[in-house]
Amino acid sequence: MKPAPFEYHAPTTVDEVTGLLASHGGEAKVLAGGQSLVPMLNLRLARFEALVDIGRVDALRTVARVNGHLRIGSMVRQCDVEESAEIGAAVPLLARATPHIGHFQIRSRGTVGGSIAHADPAAEYPAVALALDADLEIAGPSGTRAVTASTFFTGTWATVLEADEVLIAVRFPVWGEESGFAVDEVARRHGDFALAGTAVGIQLRAGVVVRAAIALFGLASTPVRAAAAEAALVGSAVAGLDLVGIGHAAVAGLDPPEDLHASSALRRRIGAATVTRALGRALEEAGVA
Amino acid sequence: MSTHLVSMTVNGIERHARVEPRKTLADFLRDDCRLTGTHLGCEHGVCGACTVMIDGRATRSCLVFAVQTEGGRVTTVEGLAPDGELNPVQAAFEAEHGLQCGFCTPGFVVSATALLERNPSPTDDEIREGLSGNLCRCTGYQGILRAVHRAAQSMGARQS
Repeated sequence: MKPAPFEYHAPTTVDEVTGLLASHGGEAKVLAGGQSLVPMLNLRLARFEALVDIGRVDALRTVARVNGHLRIGSMVRQCDVEESAEIGAAVPLLARATPHIGHFQIRSRGTVGGSIAHADPAAEYPAVALALDADLEIAGPSGTRAVTASTFFTGTWATVLEADEVLIAVRFPVWGEESGFAVDEVARRHGDFALAGTAVGIQLRAGVVVRAAIALFGLASTPVRAAAAEAALVGSAVAGLDLVGIGHAAVAGLDPPEDLHASSALRRRIGAATVTRALGRALEEAGVA
Repeated sequence: MSTHLVSMTVNGIERHARVEPRKTLADFLRDDCRLTGTHLGCEHGVCGACTVMIDGRATRSCLVFAVQTEGGRVTTVEGLAPDGELNPVQAAFEAEHGLQCGFCTPGFVVSATALLERNPSPTDDEIREGLSGNLCRCTGYQGILRAVHRAAQSMGARQS
């Protein structure tokens, strides 16, 4: 046994989850799919007084259309996203990000909410949530609140979640016709976290971009929107777009982290290339639709 | 130290044990069930040697606690060939030299089995992607790739 000892709770309702988190006064951690948390526990990079396993809370496994959004429960697993025709049709960007996550043996357990709450800056789902302006439903001892993805992520592995709160669902906006979506990333090996990557949504009307969403991951302490590049795209005709130039514009001003896998400058160049490629595929799909 | 009574079906047999919450499913299988076919390499989800099926899905048993699998259905490499004979995947690994030292083999066999259940006739690329979560340090992957192709052929022939 590698992890330090902890108490284990397996509640079946959200109220019990928040009650247990509160009763441990910040010393308890939510366990969802465990594909990031358990390695950290096994390596003793993290230890907690208690784990609150949300895997038996059935209410967190539902998927439903609500007011132009697809509401996905936080315990919906990544393998379910891959296999769900409903999610693939309503939120194609989420479906397309999924095969990039780890390996299929990881996606058997990993969850939508777990990935977003873990908030790894190089992870795909946080970038998808940010690109699509998803709303994150959070439950705490005094009720629920919703936070937009643009304010949810505060740093590497850090979010606005309080110690007695739990992410219960993510509401992804469903885009209309003439939309295209793509995820592009570069990793050293298949299944590794990306050195850099991009999630893109594009909507056209009569050959003109009317909506552009570009979120970059692996290039800062949180996923970031390429706001200037988006602004340059909206209102432009598809014909004649300089996708390489937009890629460079998207990463201008970023100061990506540096490690043994890639320098800051290399990450920026890879980031620009992934923007160009993802945009190209998204535009093509939007134009064909 | 608090312990929990866990019950689950392992290879079709009901198993019970009292375990600490921090005991991984891999340790439960090896220590409590005495099923040592599930190997532990890295113990943090990288090498894939500990891959088992939980409720029909290939999963890293070092990244799941036994208590999380309460009431579940687990299949280990021992459960893939219950009659003591090699199943088509195992026979193909033998025929194509898909193993040398054998340490990684249980994980590869379980992953390959899961891959072939979803995709009975995978391409080279699909096999490479499906097995990219399993590391082998001595055999080399070419024999393993051939073994999965052979297994796909023999399983297809058996069904038709």
